[in-house]
Amino acid sequence: MSAPLLEVQDLLVRRGGATVLEVSALALAPGDVLALIGPNGAGKSTLLLTLAALLPPAAGTVRFQGEALDSERRRQAFRRRVTMVFQEPLLFDNTVGGNIATGLRLHGVSGAELTHRVREAADQFGIAHLLDRSARRLSGGEGQRAALARALALRPELLLLDEPFSALDPPTRSGLMDDLGRILADTGTTAVLATHDQAEAARLATRLAVMKDGRIRQEGGLRQVMNHPGDPFVAAFVGMESLLPCRVVSAAEGLLTLAVGGQEIIAVGEAEPGQGVLVGIRPEHVTLSLQTDKTSSARNQVPGTVTKVIPWGPFHRVELSCGFDLCTWVTPQSLAELALAPGRPVVAAFKATAVHVIRTGSQGGPEPLA
Amino acid sequence: MDLIWEGLRQALALLLALDPEVLGITLLSLKVSGIATLISVVLGLGAAVAVALNEFPGKRVVIALMNTGMGLPPVVVGLFVTVLLWRNGPFGFLGILYTPAAIILAQAVIATPIIAGLGLAALQHLPPALRLQILSLGATRSQMIWLLLKEARLPLLAAVMAGFGGVISEVGASIMVGGNLKGSTRVLTTATVMESSRGNFEVAFALSFILLVLAFSVNALLTHLQQRGRPR
Repeated sequence: MSAPLLEVQDLLVRRGGATVLEVSALALAPGDVLALIGPNGAGKSTLLLTLAALLPPAAGTVRFQGEALDSERRRQAFRRRVTMVFQEPLLFDNTVGGNIATGLRLHGVSGAELTHRVREAADQFGIAHLLDRSARRLSGGEGQRAALARALALRPELLLLDEPFSALDPPTRSGLMDDLGRILADTGTTAVLATHDQAEAARLATRLAVMKDGRIRQEGGLRQVMNHPGDPFVAAFVGMESLLPCRVVSAAEGLLTLAVGGQEIIAVGEAEPGQGVLVGIRPEHVTLSLQTDKTSSARNQVPGTVTKVIPWGPFHRVELSCGFDLCTWVTPQSLAELALAPGRPVVAAFKATAVHVIRTGSQGGPEPLA
Repeated sequence: MDLIWEGLRQALALLLALDPEVLGITLLSLKVSGIATLISVVLGLGAAVAVALNEFPGKRVVIALMNTGMGLPPVVVGLFVTVLLWRNGPFGFLGILYTPAAIILAQAVIATPIIAGLGLAALQHLPPALRLQILSLGATRSQMIWLLLKEARLPLLAAVMAGFGGVISEVGASIMVGGNLKGSTRVLTTATVMESSRGNFEVAFALSFILLVLAFSVNALLTHLQQRGRPR
């Protein structure tokens, strides 16, 4: 990991005498996109406000490029290098162009440079045709696009996003997430995204932190946390599926053949051969047997080895290595009948329709994040 | 009805003749209430910003006091200011009782709570996260306050209009601290009261019409400022 851009140590935030946030350590490398996931009241927004230097902590330090933000003067200077986008667009009573320009003017941008950068940001988010429209007359999606354009026009070194998609309807949300993901990747912007939606986190993040009651329960690479949740709470929030980075071998009639960990699996989706894709498989869609079943309709039957068996409420969570990580839940009966234990060779079966494409990377480029 | 028409005719005649006395009274009204409103804008908006942006114990009490102040009876203000400015009063050394300065002072006392109270409501009506959003765009504290005021400009200018309307139309304080002295502290309202009490209803009506035109003109100007540059 390269030198951290942002580093948090022993952070403590109190409100009305109660501790609402306690983070012992958190570090972000340049280019990281960290998703903070957790239920309402977990402290996600509080952590973002603290990282934005908008909320002074009761104790602990936040360092940006090694420099502690320990005085109001330093926090003020830091606030010109970081930008936050909220759940509501919070646009000014002005045109869309006027809104984008307001942020830039605060940064001392003027003249031709101002016009150019307003235009550039609007183009990035596909709202160039709305520049002269009043911000009061935008749809929810257009408003959030304008808010994101206003933020990214400042070319922040750190972008903080507080559930920016949660007020949007699903198609609008999906389109905006695609655009934001592309812009973050293109500009290499480091970002922290608060969300309570694991699908949103999986689509945009490289790292994941699961929060509860003001604390980070687990933090790590996206796949690490998603595929290996440390406790049932984390699993309930993010351990819903195994995430696999794959490469498209061939694509035909809506079916993809994907290479992953020396194996080939079949998935449903659209992508180009050579493209990297990130796919997800939910544990309840994976069945285990001791040998390949020729009569099954499951297109994917891959041999693997049990690596871990964890008691999980009424079930057991079984983690496998098939050249790639996979997990499933089994009943105590199945566990006994198949004699599942670490080292046990098994065959994991799942249908092509159980493999869903979460995001696709660039043609011939590196595998998508994580 | 005849009285009203006669008053309107006389008002026009007085205006067209550029009657120096009427002109003087009109200009004094405008000057006194204008300056009082300006002072109130500075003090009232300052108080509104200070209360809106800060959390402190007793904030609710302060807001309640500001709102109560919006209904200060001009006569009561006039009485207090008179007592304070009396020659042997605490501010008697200023020697401004029965001068336009005293009227400005009294009118500022009346308009400040109006602008502060309505201004505070305007600022509190903005989304609470807006100031965090502005700060996170890189604004300094003063830039943040300026953008908040700009964002609330519609209700804020309405507050200014309410303040100006309150003082240009009040008579109680002006008469008590100004004394309605001819050529020095006679304003449109005090002159109207005097003329009607003398039975000169035509002149009283004429002065009333001038007052209405004046109030309308100033508010039209403020409305223009309020609506200017609003995207549609």
